[in-house]
Amino acid sequence: MKIRNTGYPYFFWLAIFIAIPLLLVLYFAFTTGDSQNMGTFTFSLDNFRRFFTPIYLNVLYRSINLALISTVICLGLGYPIAYIISREKPRIRNIMVLLFVIPMWMNFLLRTYAWLTLLGKNGIINYVITKIGFQPLDLMYNDSAVLLGMVYNFLPFMVLPIFSVLTKMDFNLVEAAEDLGANRRTTFLKVILPLSLPGVITGVTMVFIPAVSTFVISSLLGGNKSTLIGNLIEQQFRYTMDWHFGSAMSIILMVFILIAMALTSKFDKEKEGEGGGLW
Amino acid sequence: MKKRIVLLLALVMIISAVATGCGESKPTINVYNWGDYIDPDVLDMFEEEFGVKVVYDTYATNEDLYVKLKQGGSSYDVIFPSDYMIERMIREELLSEIDLSKIDQISKVDETFLNLDYDPENKYSVPYMWGTVGIIYNKEMVSRPLTKWSDLWDPEFSGDIIMLNSQRDTIAVALKKLGYSLNTRNITELEAARDELIAQKSLVYAYLGDEVKDVIVGEEAAIAVVWSGDAVAMIRENPNLEYVMPEEGTNLWFDAMVIPNNAKNKEDAQKFINFMTRPDIAALNADYIGYSSPIPEAVEMLPDEIKNSLVGYPTDDMLENTEIFKDPQDILSEYDRIWTEITSAQ
Repeated sequence: MKIRNTGYPYFFWLAIFIAIPLLLVLYFAFTTGDSQNMGTFTFSLDNFRRFFTPIYLNVLYRSINLALISTVICLGLGYPIAYIISREKPRIRNIMVLLFVIPMWMNFLLRTYAWLTLLGKNGIINYVITKIGFQPLDLMYNDSAVLLGMVYNFLPFMVLPIFSVLTKMDFNLVEAAEDLGANRRTTFLKVILPLSLPGVITGVTMVFIPAVSTFVISSLLGGNKSTLIGNLIEQQFRYTMDWHFGSAMSIILMVFILIAMALTSKFDKEKEGEGGGLW
Repeated sequence: MKKRIVLLLALVMIISAVATGCGESKPTINVYNWGDYIDPDVLDMFEEEFGVKVVYDTYATNEDLYVKLKQGGSSYDVIFPSDYMIERMIREELLSEIDLSKIDQISKVDETFLNLDYDPENKYSVPYMWGTVGIIYNKEMVSRPLTKWSDLWDPEFSGDIIMLNSQRDTIAVALKKLGYSLNTRNITELEAARDELIAQKSLVYAYLGDEVKDVIVGEEAAIAVVWSGDAVAMIRENPNLEYVMPEEGTNLWFDAMVIPNNAKNKEDAQKFINFMTRPDIAALNADYIGYSSPIPEAVEMLPDEIKNSLVGYPTDDMLENTEIFKDPQDILSEYDRIWTEITSAQ
């Protein structure tokens, strides 16, 4: 591979901020010792051995499970939204996209905090429910609250890529399908859906990855009760200072994300690089 | 066009250089304290009186503070660790000795708070606040008064219990419930405490830090494990609340001001510590945050309902069945492992 002169700054950028940190994480994962003193490091697989016990595997399972469910919900909600927006006239479409994006201008933490007042036992939602005459619900500090937080925060990442692919799609193809006698269902399944697949795959990736590694949402809305893999990694770095175990878990999570990527990109073989595709 | 951009960049650089230059002409100290643990006006008063700018930052637990200090990258001039953490920091040589001749206000501190086990010759620390750990509950929301730690394992209160999201304090609750010392060095006892906490998980509403105050005052949950000072502040806002020191015994703790040995401005740090120990300032803080001051003159200045409250200022009899945390030293990693297992369990 030859690098043009103008490429060097980017190369250094990649090396310093991506390659070296990754190698460090890998190095920490396969060693044990006092995290602050490189001299005490010895090669070891203990971190991985420790992780592959039921207690931590269960955390990983729960994280992947929640991330998958939130991705599916985002897709189920996001696809119709993207479709509806993309079929509007450009002027209305732009306003709708803007309305969809505006909440994202607000700080992510603030938006998540706002749910605390909505979901609490004496929160706004329960206030309305009890006023109507029903029993108050347990909405806070459980997995459904975490799931809600994920869907709420990551939905735009599903909608926008699908939307961008759908707006670029040649709508004559849909008309052609209808002319040829396809009903709406067949048109959708055989024409629209396959053409929008790159956007769907990008959306799925962009929702799944932050969802599987989040620690803020699960900590705020889950009340630190249902620990996810992200929380566990955060804990190792921030409170117990076991960088080795934390790094090993990061590597394991990375492997799982890579597997997930490989699986999704399988659906996307022919469509590479088109539309809203991420790679 | 290009020229204009270059010009603009140059301008930005000059402005920022001038701006930061101005800031540096005034001496600065970096203070790292617990969240919600000072009267914010006090910081302004210090800046005004001594011409020293205070950069103020907060943490949630002792472990949080320790990691931040140890990892470097940021240097603090004054920090507020608790007893066992001070002991550990002294042992690991992370602290700098305080020149007590510069802290004339230390004469105002009640002697029972000086030369304690964590700093036997009182070379490194000046006491800030003290208190106990106990249970706060809402009289209107529970069917019977709570008196002991094991009440927190009663299925009747399922979904109404808030535990502290703090490793040492939460493990101590389970150790005390089981009748062990909260400084136990016996791994079997620690693991028994772990199993208790895991068994309790299904009854717990959440593990919280400072947010617990809003949740309990707002009656979103009925019961919480809290530090006594927070209890004072919460009862002030919601009179339905009651604080108890559980029968099995509890933790007596002290938070003190210390100077890390990588502090950049030790002189002004000592001025700050001396200022914070002045009775009028200590009284402002104690009134604002609700915690108990070790300075009798400051306590005298407090409003009657705080000064006479047995929550913040219990009698000696009430403190008989308490223990002070000690640095676990070589079994620290066991604590970390056990806490990680508790938080990971379903």
